[in-house]
Amino acid sequence: MRTRLRELRPSTVLATIAFIVVTAIVLLPIAIIVLTAFKPAAEVNAYPPSLLPDAWTLDNLKTVTSELPFARLVGNSFVFAGGVTIFALLFDSLAAYALARLDFTGRRVLLVVIIATLMIPFQATLIPLYQLVADLGWVNTYTGLIAPRAADAFGIFFLRQFFLALPRDIDQAARIDGAGEFRIFWSVLLPNAVPALLTLGLFTFVNNWNDLLWPLVFTTDTEMGTITSGLTQLTGPSGIVPHGVMMAGSLIAILPLVIAFLFIQRRFIENIATTGLK
Amino acid sequence: MTTAPPTGRRYRPPAPLGGRRRADGPAGRGLKAAAFLAPALLILGAFTIWPMLSALRLSFTDASGFGEPEFIGLENYVQVFTDPDILNAVTNTALYTVLFTPIAVAAALALALLLNNPRLPFRGFFRTALFVPFVVSFSVAAFAWSYLVDPQVGLLNYWLRGLGIQLGNVLEDPHLAMPMVVLVAVWKLFGFYFVIFLAGLQDIPTSIYEAARMDGAGAWSRLRNVTLPLLSNTMAFVLIFAMIAALQAFDQIYVMTGGGPYGSTQTLVMEIYESGFRKLDIGFASALSYVLLAATLLLSLVQFVFFGRKEKDLA
Repeated sequence: MRTRLRELRPSTVLATIAFIVVTAIVLLPIAIIVLTAFKPAAEVNAYPPSLLPDAWTLDNLKTVTSELPFARLVGNSFVFAGGVTIFALLFDSLAAYALARLDFTGRRVLLVVIIATLMIPFQATLIPLYQLVADLGWVNTYTGLIAPRAADAFGIFFLRQFFLALPRDIDQAARIDGAGEFRIFWSVLLPNAVPALLTLGLFTFVNNWNDLLWPLVFTTDTEMGTITSGLTQLTGPSGIVPHGVMMAGSLIAILPLVIAFLFIQRRFIENIATTGLK
Repeated sequence: MTTAPPTGRRYRPPAPLGGRRRADGPAGRGLKAAAFLAPALLILGAFTIWPMLSALRLSFTDASGFGEPEFIGLENYVQVFTDPDILNAVTNTALYTVLFTPIAVAAALALALLLNNPRLPFRGFFRTALFVPFVVSFSVAAFAWSYLVDPQVGLLNYWLRGLGIQLGNVLEDPHLAMPMVVLVAVWKLFGFYFVIFLAGLQDIPTSIYEAARMDGAGAWSRLRNVTLPLLSNTMAFVLIFAMIAALQAFDQIYVMTGGGPYGSTQTLVMEIYESGFRKLDIGFASALSYVLLAATLLLSLVQFVFFGRKEKDLA
């Protein structure tokens, strides 16, 4: 370490400075959310603006939780994003197992069809999908939010790639011991796929938690919205946005994800980059 | 490639009692596979493929959510290609894509190349920090950036004014609103591309660099002749992802500008949402959806052909 520091080259010093600057710019909006959330209204609207609050307050957090049914919205977000994640992991891994390990006619064709659906932008299916969900009576229900996303092509493809990379010896051994396919899937392959499941799980959770158009379309009742769609209701048509309150709401919306990400970031980043995506 | 080694196939341990092995014939295997595939295929079929086909049918009708839709042939598509609003949305989406893709991909690539230097201190921290925006939602990103560039109390506006740059009211300015919503997208998404590039870079064996160095290749030449060609797979992947993300731009625009000022940030997906869910012009919105789908497929195909050929050239 010490020798490394001593041989610092000018190019490395420049790169370090560049990274410090870029990181500061990238983290600025996050800093502004956190710091503004605790700023008194007078300071938020003061000129000249400042980054750090002079006095810290919880007023914004109190206001935002009285303006919106916040506990309810955050709860909805957990049910929606969590529900989609659990079902998608289960159904995607089942399908991925068949595509990676079972020999059946039409496997190649099926794989191509699944990859092709990856190309379909969900916005293109939105209107008939809405009609279908409405016909089923699922608008403003958790089922309507979750069921259409309980499996997705990306997850199937991602897990198939991961299963293919697992050595076949492990399931051969279980097969010789007389285990059936489901046992092999559940007790042999899945435990070995935990890193991939974790990565795909967080990816799915983040994407759904953050999705705006989906809850906007499938819920009309504020009580059934998510924190992401609920926040947009704070920006009234008058265009007068209480910045401190918005930032307090934003802080609540991003906190669970940022904490979850920081806990498993190393593994998450490495897996996102190396599993299946190539 | 996927068949088991022959020994594994030929040797079958005695079947346990109960005759479960009956299921090993082709039909049995198919049944087993069907059981594993059923839930996912049911969901994909009902909620992706069926709506897709349904949208195609609707795009030839005057469906409006009331009464029986009537078949009107290509009228919606004619309207799509003649309506000045749609032309505007298509132009904006193209502009957004042309701005977003190179900036986001170049930023991600440049930072990944710099971070790949093992002498750089705090690499883990930089990598994590640059990825954080990816877990922040577009709408929250939109609120934070809107506040930063607020004409009265925006910190960024204030700082830039100190440097002699007058931004004015960015989100009300027809020339600046589009670059602004693109900037928010770059901020949110480049970390994802950056991480994928990093993984691609780590897959390039160091021996190739050493060989190039022995041959007297300088840093620039190593980048041009070794790194970039070997990164072309990753590049193709990132470009497709970035372009698809750009074609589907919606969230931050909905929050920051609502498509304005004067329609300068109105994109295709904004139009689909508005014509489908506000004006209830469902047939027309479906035709628009198909234009979006066609654009997505076309771009993916172009990429595929372009990078497919490049790879062959290298071989």
